[in-house]
Amino acid sequence: MTTDSGIAAIEVASLVKCYGKFTALDGVSLRVEPGEFFGLLGPNGAGKTTLISIIAGLVRASSGRAAVMGHDVERDFRAARAALGVVPQELVFDPFFTVREILRLQSGYYGLRHNDAWIDEILQGLGLADKADTNMRALSGGMKRRVLIAQALVHRPPVIILDEPTAGVDVELRQTLWQFIRSLNQQGHTIVLTTHYLEEAQTLCGRIAMLRGGRVVALDATSALLRRFAGGRLLLRLQGSLPPALEPLRLGIAATPALTTTSSSDPGAASTQVALRIDDYAEVEAMLAAIRVWGSRILEIELVHTDLEDVFLRLMAQEQTP
Amino acid sequence: MSALRRVWSVGLQTLFAKELLRFWKVSVQTVVAPMLTAVLYLLVFAHVLEGRLDIFPGVGYTAFLIPGLIMMSVLQNAFANSSSSLIQSKVTGNLVFILLTPLAHWEFFVAYVAASMVRGLVVGLGLLLTTVWFADLQFVAPLWILVFAVLGSAILGTIGLIAGLWAEKFDQIAAFQNFIVMPATFLSGVFYSVQTLPPFWRMVSHLNPFFYMVDGFRHGFFGVSDVPLELSLGICLVTLTVAAVIALRLLASGYRLRY
Repeated sequence: MTTDSGIAAIEVASLVKCYGKFTALDGVSLRVEPGEFFGLLGPNGAGKTTLISIIAGLVRASSGRAAVMGHDVERDFRAARAALGVVPQELVFDPFFTVREILRLQSGYYGLRHNDAWIDEILQGLGLADKADTNMRALSGGMKRRVLIAQALVHRPPVIILDEPTAGVDVELRQTLWQFIRSLNQQGHTIVLTTHYLEEAQTLCGRIAMLRGGRVVALDATSALLRRFAGGRLLLRLQGSLPPALEPLRLGIAATPALTTTSSSDPGAASTQVALRIDDYAEVEAMLAAIRVWGSRILEIELVHTDLEDVFLRLMAQEQTP
Repeated sequence: MSALRRVWSVGLQTLFAKELLRFWKVSVQTVVAPMLTAVLYLLVFAHVLEGRLDIFPGVGYTAFLIPGLIMMSVLQNAFANSSSSLIQSKVTGNLVFILLTPLAHWEFFVAYVAASMVRGLVVGLGLLLTTVWFADLQFVAPLWILVFAVLGSAILGTIGLIAGLWAEKFDQIAAFQNFIVMPATFLSGVFYSVQTLPPFWRMVSHLNPFFYMVDGFRHGFFGVSDVPLELSLGICLVTLTVAAVIALRLLASGYRLRY
């Protein structure tokens, strides 16, 4: 797929959306380049779906502008929508039709009359070939989810937005979907993904924007976001208490997973499990020395590297406490 | 030719075809059932009133009733098609697949209204073929029969579209149908001539646009009507224009579709 240089796959500028007194989007600006695999993350109510809906023309912005492949979503809506495929979050379907009928109709809406070769290819790629003549009502939830993706692809859009496509989907189907979506990205399609599975975003997305309260709180390459919070967590099982000097670094229970190793040392002694935040690996030596001097004994130790979930939690926590 | 192709685009044709398929796949409910209901009306009313009323000279009551029942079915089914299709798609959420496409608001309008017209006319034609054997029907001006059937189905298809846009649940569509469409069709002279009504109710009937649709349609069969044909035609055209302008404006603004 070729794209004109300089034209963004998606560009939004100062986008604001208000519902009465509630501001769902508060001046969002971002640019997704052609061919990118872009992640849009944020807690529930952050504004992700509102942003996607404005780009797709389902919601009208209060102010600001959005464009798909250089086409304004309001003024040049035909070209903008023809360039975009959207997989909605809700599992919606038309109960009157079979899978093939649905895909033929969807092709027709985009002006494509003889599209069966591509429809067959999509059905094959998504593992739907044997369900082509099945009515939508008879499909399982996972199969319906695949049809949603197929509907977004019938017109071969250069830009594809997937709004939580793997919500409630089993592991096998998730793998099939990502394999297919990844191959589309390799063919040059721009992919924008929202998901609550952060490990998916970390694996797939080259760049990530994080939203909170209708604002972009981080927008960077995934690797840069991970580097921004270099270090990780030090998990310890202690016999004794934690030195008061290390208490400020202690993380909450949510960030204190069970140690993966098992230890039989001193099983009868009372022990405490703690997680300490590490901003720099050089701090580890000093931490261990402080524990030794305090008189506590380290029974188990494990180092956990920063992942996207840590970055996400820290960014969200920062935003909550200005 | 290319201008026609631009207007009657593949997208518009597809949405129209989808709307046709939608009602055709459940044709027992959408076509056969309304025909049966109308035939039952005919059997009961004709049995009770045949020979007791002489509305137009030389026209028996059963013959008088048949065009009225046909037009009533055309109107009610045209309304039901666009309104039920739209509210179903809104409530189940699958309307998103149409809203995401490059279809313009006027294409949406044409496809929904045209499909409603087809359903209304199919039910009307089926009813005509079923009931034509019950009485000595005349076809004095077939063109006017067609013109008023087309106009009536277009008007009610458009009103159904407006109702479907306005409603957010099935209950509201049912209210629109039961409190507006049904009384307006029953009080439009389907079962009687408005000339037989007391002056007040005759005046009320003349304010009902449905009356002109039925009266003009019946004129096509018998060559006589309660009001001049030109008046019926004019009022139908004005009603269609007003309804179409409202529907198109609502669609263009994204009323209850694009928030």
